Amino acid sequence: MTMTLLNSITVFVLAVFIGIEIISKVPTMLHTPLMSGTNAIHGIVLVGAMLIAGSADSDLEKALAFVAVVFATINVVGGFLVTDRMLEMFKRKPSKPDSE
Amino acid sequence: MTPILALSQTAINFTYLVAAVLLIVGIRRLSSPPTARSGNWIAAVGMGIAIFFTFLDEDITSYWLIVVGMAVGTVIGVVSARLVKMTAMPQMVALFNGVGGGAAALIAAAEFHRIAPAAGHLSGDSVGAMLFSALIGSISFSGSLVAFGKLQEVLPGRPITYAGQQVVNALLFAALLGLGVLAGSTEQGIWMVLLLLGALLFGVLLVLPIGGADMPVVISLLNAFTGLAAASAGFVLENTALIIGGTLVGASGTLLTVLMGRAMNRSIANVLFGAFGAAPAGGAAAAASTDGKSYREVTADDTAVMLAYAQRVVVVPGYGLAVAQAQHAVRELAGLLEARGVDVKYAIHPVAGRMPGHMNVLLAEAQVPYPQLYDMDDINPEFPRTDVALVIGANDVTNPAARDNPESPLYGMPILNVDQAANVVILKRSMSPGFAGIDNDLFYGANSAMLFGDAKSSVEKLVAAVKAA
Repeated sequence: MTMTLLNSITVFVLAVFIGIEIISKVPTMLHTPLMSGTNAIHGIVLVGAMLIAGSADSDLEKALAFVAVVFATINVVGGFLVTDRMLEMFKRKPSKPDSE
Repeated sequence: MTPILALSQTAINFTYLVAAVLLIVGIRRLSSPPTARSGNWIAAVGMGIAIFFTFLDEDITSYWLIVVGMAVGTVIGVVSARLVKMTAMPQMVALFNGVGGGAAALIAAAEFHRIAPAAGHLSGDSVGAMLFSALIGSISFSGSLVAFGKLQEVLPGRPITYAGQQVVNALLFAALLGLGVLAGSTEQGIWMVLLLLGALLFGVLLVLPIGGADMPVVISLLNAFTGLAAASAGFVLENTALIIGGTLVGASGTLLTVLMGRAMNRSIANVLFGAFGAAPAGGAAAAASTDGKSYREVTADDTAVMLAYAQRVVVVPGYGLAVAQAQHAVRELAGLLEARGVDVKYAIHPVAGRMPGHMNVLLAEAQVPYPQLYDMDDINPEFPRTDVALVIGANDVTNPAARDNPESPLYGMPILNVDQAANVVILKRSMSPGFAGIDNDLFYGANSAMLFGDAKSSVEKLVAAVKAA
């Protein structure tokens, strides 16, 4: 096992604990927005797609990387925007008198 | 093209650290209502930083593929996120999740293709991660598409089952592991292609037998899968941002899936392999007994009188309300009743609608005051003192069989004890069973009455009738 791999595994294990710790007390009403928000965060895979696309040599590699960039960008952009739209609904508004 | 401004690996890794901190702070804030919206944007800024500084990586020598790809992706992402209706949010999340998984699988495939032609070049350290990323990413991609199809009702929402299903799935999974070993040891592209195709098929077969009502849990699980696929792509590329971002989602997503399952009193294994809501073995017998039961129909005018002269009314919203977009009409009705001195409350089941929190979002959109929304545990003791329970498009979450009948597939799921109210009026389009495909005994109760029609038009009729009452 190389030192790089060991470092990666260290980061991985610590991130597992943090990931569990930070959402342990989430109310039910936030389950959906939280799922949607973390859904956007795994769009970080875009960074990987960029690195592949920017250094691709063969045509097949370029094609795969291009689709990966498109997919990952949809994941990031769409994910954050949809989450924001959901959370917008939770905005506290001054409660008006109920009869209109 | 030469890099515009190449930063050292150290500098880029430092920006990844900043990004990781923002992602963590963002997720943390997302899990509390007052800070959730800012949390989403903090995470987005973290993501932006990671993406921007990746452009300056010295390994990137060509930009046009990235720029064009990101432009196309941004347009698709913005348009679909803006245009999607609130009721279709769950399937949109499924799609966004699926493409993320697809991206991770494609990265693995591209890396394999780059390294594999020179046999013996695949390092033992990264090949496992590469194959894992390809496998899990593909499963998440096709599984999410099936989840999308079920929620969009392109595919039947009912579980699709056949004899020996689990044996087939187990054999296919074993074959995938075999293909992984072959791809890793021979470094032949053909095995990688077969692995990807097999994993796509497995994703489809995994989600098909799961009923539509369980899709939120499945999407959450696939979300965690995609996170892990992204993290393993990070191992392949030795990229810290990917490892941290992906792992955070993998870990928090897994916990969130367990929490969602717990809200429905189901284990994840039960969701995945239980074929929940499949026609029970005694399907014919169950159908026959349905025929023997009778229900009572009621008009909007009669219901309006009942409501107008009640003291306590509990509204039980469900997916039917979301589909009909009846939330504004419901709020108007509640306002009229309150003006007459009726005490109106809303009973929110944790999994009413298609996703947890779905009803909260819709009612908040209609500006229903928060204090009127009650969780299941808080409202259940109130039902025996309630004059009228108005069930609007909710079904499975009110089925008393879940509480009383150990034979029912729903048995054990916590429900709203609507049947304990003095009167129950159920707004529904027809007598067809709910999303889980199970008949609801509530409809045949002596204190129950059916008000047939689209939820929105029925509520609007009630509004007009209450005004006249």
